[in-house]
This record gives sequence, structure tokens and C-alpha cells, in this order.
Amino acid sequence: MIGLRPDLAIIAAQIASGSRILDVGCGDGTLMAALRDERGCDARGLELDPTNVAAAVARGLSVVQGDCEADLSDYPDGSFDYAVLSQTLQTTARPDLLLDQLLRIGTRAFVSFPNFAHWRVRLSLLWGGRMPVTRLLPLAWYETPNIHHVTIDDFRALLGARGIRIDGAWFLSGDKQTSAAAANFRAEHAVFLLG
Amino acid sequence: MPATPLLLRLSQPLSLDGGGTLPDAQIAYQSYGVLNAARDNAILVCHALTGDHYLAGPHPVTGKAGWWDRMVGLGKPIDTDRFHVICANVLGSCMGSTGPASIDSENGERWGMRFPVITIGDMVRAQAALLDALGIDRLHAVVGGSMGGMQALVWAAHYPERVARALVIASAARHSAQNIAFHEVGRQAIMADPAWAQGDYDPAGPGPAKGLAVARMAAHITYLSEEGLTAKFGRQLQNRDAKTFGFDADFQVESYLRHQGLAFTDRFDANSYLYITRAMDYFDLAEEHGGRLADAFAGSAAVRFCLVSFSSDWLYPTAESRRIVHALNAVGAPTSFVEIDSPFGHDAFLLDVPALDAVVAGFIGRSGT
Repeated sequence: MIGLRPDLAIIAAQIASGSRILDVGCGDGTLMAALRDERGCDARGLELDPTNVAAAVARGLSVVQGDCEADLSDYPDGSFDYAVLSQTLQTTARPDLLLDQLLRIGTRAFVSFPNFAHWRVRLSLLWGGRMPVTRLLPLAWYETPNIHHVTIDDFRALLGARGIRIDGAWFLSGDKQTSAAAANFRAEHAVFLLG
Repeated sequence: MPATPLLLRLSQPLSLDGGGTLPDAQIAYQSYGVLNAARDNAILVCHALTGDHYLAGPHPVTGKAGWWDRMVGLGKPIDTDRFHVICANVLGSCMGSTGPASIDSENGERWGMRFPVITIGDMVRAQAALLDALGIDRLHAVVGGSMGGMQALVWAAHYPERVARALVIASAARHSAQNIAFHEVGRQAIMADPAWAQGDYDPAGPGPAKGLAVARMAAHITYLSEEGLTAKFGRQLQNRDAKTFGFDADFQVESYLRHQGLAFTDRFDANSYLYITRAMDYFDLAEEHGGRLADAFAGSAAVRFCLVSFSSDWLYPTAESRRIVHALNAVGAPTSFVEIDSPFGHDAFLLDVPALDAVVAGFIGRSGT
């Protein structure tokens, strides 16, 4: 899976051949195409941006234009082995309800998000007193689509409160995997496999 | 590309949804590109209400380009270098296939209003008989916009084993109350014209041209958008500096609609208009499944679907396409859907919309895949 964004590469590496995948917020279908071509997966996508949908359809992928918070209710229970939500959770109005939808549709779900408790973010807020603008959070507070900043510990707490099982967790710093130790401080990015 | 119409007289009476059969039905069709040895590169394109089978290249009667010349041809999104593209005139039409202006072979008289009321399903059954006669078991794709999209949906629902892909553009799985209402205005305009004569007019003469023109004017408004009309005409006056305080076509939009209405009467038969609009109004794919659209596609999970709507289409709005997507998701059919941003209203599927070309080309893909 050469060329995939690091969080997508982690997800792709965990998915068994021939799985049924729903990629929520699939962009132009890069992950779907890789899973289809290299793993023989039956991948479907949901994407908000029509230009991205057209690009994905042009790759021969099955992608529906829609909003993950409004349109996931259209999908039947347990219709996919995995639902994938990459770098989208923090942009939604109700991330908690979205997690419920992902685990209703998928037997398991991959969720990746930027960690707002990464040390660079902490330093920026602590010393600068300003909302951080970093590599993974490149836009100013007023224009960022990230309306629900979340930390790894916040996310674990939400999972605990909703009784969601963690089947795997991976942490990234500078596009490389980093250890789970002090991940909430050291990781820029987290990938969770939920069940 | 061949310009002479191809004709097939169906060898069996065509059974009809309304009961009974239609004997000696004739289907006019046209084909483009070569059918390969495996006979698996055929694409059926279904036309809209007033369309015909001349998709691409110059039309043999009008000399103008075929109605989807921008989409079908060498190197175009539906590439006739790779695909054998077939388009058949729908049953009930007046462009070559059997319709109310045809002669009833049993008594040698024109059908007129004795022609049976037909459905979208009947049109598709006739197309299936055509493909049988042509020796084409399975389509690489069935493609249609507007009423053509309804036919594509019926193909996928009724003949899923014969369809690998269904591309449904600016269409719906049922006619809404508003759709029926506009059609009824058109039909009443035709039937209120004394020249209609209960349908017993001479199709070679003018017939109920006034009524048919009004029907077309009303329908034409539904094919455009307010945004498009405003951009094209606004309140501009037609070849005059001031309002005349009379009932001439003062406004450009009036002149345009009058022209559209009149031009239509030169090429279309009023009774055909009644029958085809009726077929569209009767269309509701979920009806035979107790209103559950997903059940209509219960056997269609192996068909790849692509639905396209246009942001300014209020005739078959995006919500109707989403309703189909919902049903297809429920049965797990591989489905794509995109709403294309366009100011052109319903007619966008016929116009220069590059985003549509990309989706069509991408979805259709290459033959044999």
C-alpha cells in the first residue's frame, strides 16, 4: 500500500482480503481503490464533496455523495465488515452519534483523528495563548472545519462511557508510528479500531 | 454511422401491463459502433419523452446533430470505438416505433385513441424483445436521462441478469403529484383543442397543433430553472423598446416559449404525447411492491448503479435520486450517486456539463470490465 497517507496505510494493513468496507468521507477514493485492487475488498464510499465523488466514480468506485451525519441512517445494520472514518470525526456536529452509526453499520470501525493534546499543540496554547496552527491543524480557529477538537484521552473516555470496545490503537508522530506510552502527549495522530 | 432507421417487427405479440397484448409491434432503432465477438460490449441508451433513436451523428430528417451527440461517439464519454451503442424509439412514440399514429394491422385503421395505454414497463419489454432479436443477452450498461432513466431503472429491476450497470440521470422511481399535475395541464390543452377530435385527426395534417404547442410550453418551463430563465431572458422585451399594453409576446421569454411550442408541433404527434405522458404518470417502481422501493431491487444487488441529479432540477429533484440510493443501499447494490452543480435545470443532462461527462465516462469504463 505504497503512497497511502500514514493513517490510511495503517488501516489498510489491518483489513483482511475480501472484506466489505464502507469508507465514510472517502475523498477521491484512494483507500478504497487500494483495498479493491490489492485486497479484493468490496469497498463503498460516502463523500460530501461532489468533485471528489466524480473523481472516485471515474476510478470505477461506488461512492455516494452525502453527509455522514445525515445519510448513514440509510445503511442497514451490519452491512459492512468495517466502517472507516479517517480525519473526519473532529469535523462533525455530534461525533458520539456518528460513532454509534459506524458501529451499527460496520461490525468494526476504524476511526482516525488528529490529537489535540500533542505536545506542540499544548505548547502553542500554553506559551502563545492562541489556538494552535500546526502541520495537522493548519487552519486558524475561524476557518478550520475541525469544530470538535479531541484528544486521545478524551476519545478513550467517550468510548468507555459508551461501552465501545477498543480492538486496536496506533499512534503517529511525524508520519511514523510511535509507542502507545504517553501517546496523548507524543502522538500527533491516532488510529483506533473499535468493536 | 448509419443514418437509415433500422426496424424490427416483433415476432410475438407484446404483452402489456394494462392487460392484453399488442400485435405486430414495430421497433425503430439505431446502433453505433461494432458489437464484439463476445457480444458483451453493448450499451442500451433510453431516450426521454419526445426523443428518438438518433443519438449521435447527423439526424437524417432534421440534419441536426443527434440528441446526445455530445455524449455518444468516437472518443466521447460513451465511446463508440469500444461500445456497441443501441437506442430504440419507445413504444407509443411517433418517431418510427408503433404508437397511436400507427396502423392497426387487424383492421387496417389508424390506432388513434384505441391504442392501448402503455407503461414504462411495456417500453422496456419491447426493448428486451429487440435485444433478444439482436442476440444480445446482457448489456454492459443501460443508460438514460429523465424518462430514459425510468426505463434504465426498470431494466435493472425487472431484468437484473441482463444488465451489468445502470446509469440513471435526472430521473425518479415514480412520478410525483407535481409531475402528474404538469402533464395533466398538457394533456388537457391537447384535448381542449377542437382539432384533436377525440384523437381522430389526420396525423399528416396540423392536428391539434395549438393544444400541443401549449402542452409543450408548459412542459418546457419544467425543464428549465428559474435561475436559467432569469439569466437567459430576465424581463427583457422582444424586439421592442416598450411594453405594448396588449397581448403580443412582449417579453423575450414569451416569444421563446411560443417558438418552442410551435417548433414541437412540427415533429411530434399529439396522441403520442398523451400516451407517453400517461406512461410516465403511471410509473411508480415501488407500487408493485407495496410501496417498498427496496423490494423492487431485491434481485438487483449484482447490478452496479450510478445516479446523477442536477442541483437546479426541480422536475426530478435530488431527493428523488436519494430515495433510489436509499433503496439500493438497503439491498447492498454497489451504488454511486452525485448531485452535479448546474444552473440549467432538468435539461442539464442534454447540455454541456463537463462534470457529467467525467462521471459517465468513469462509470461506463471500458468494455469487458
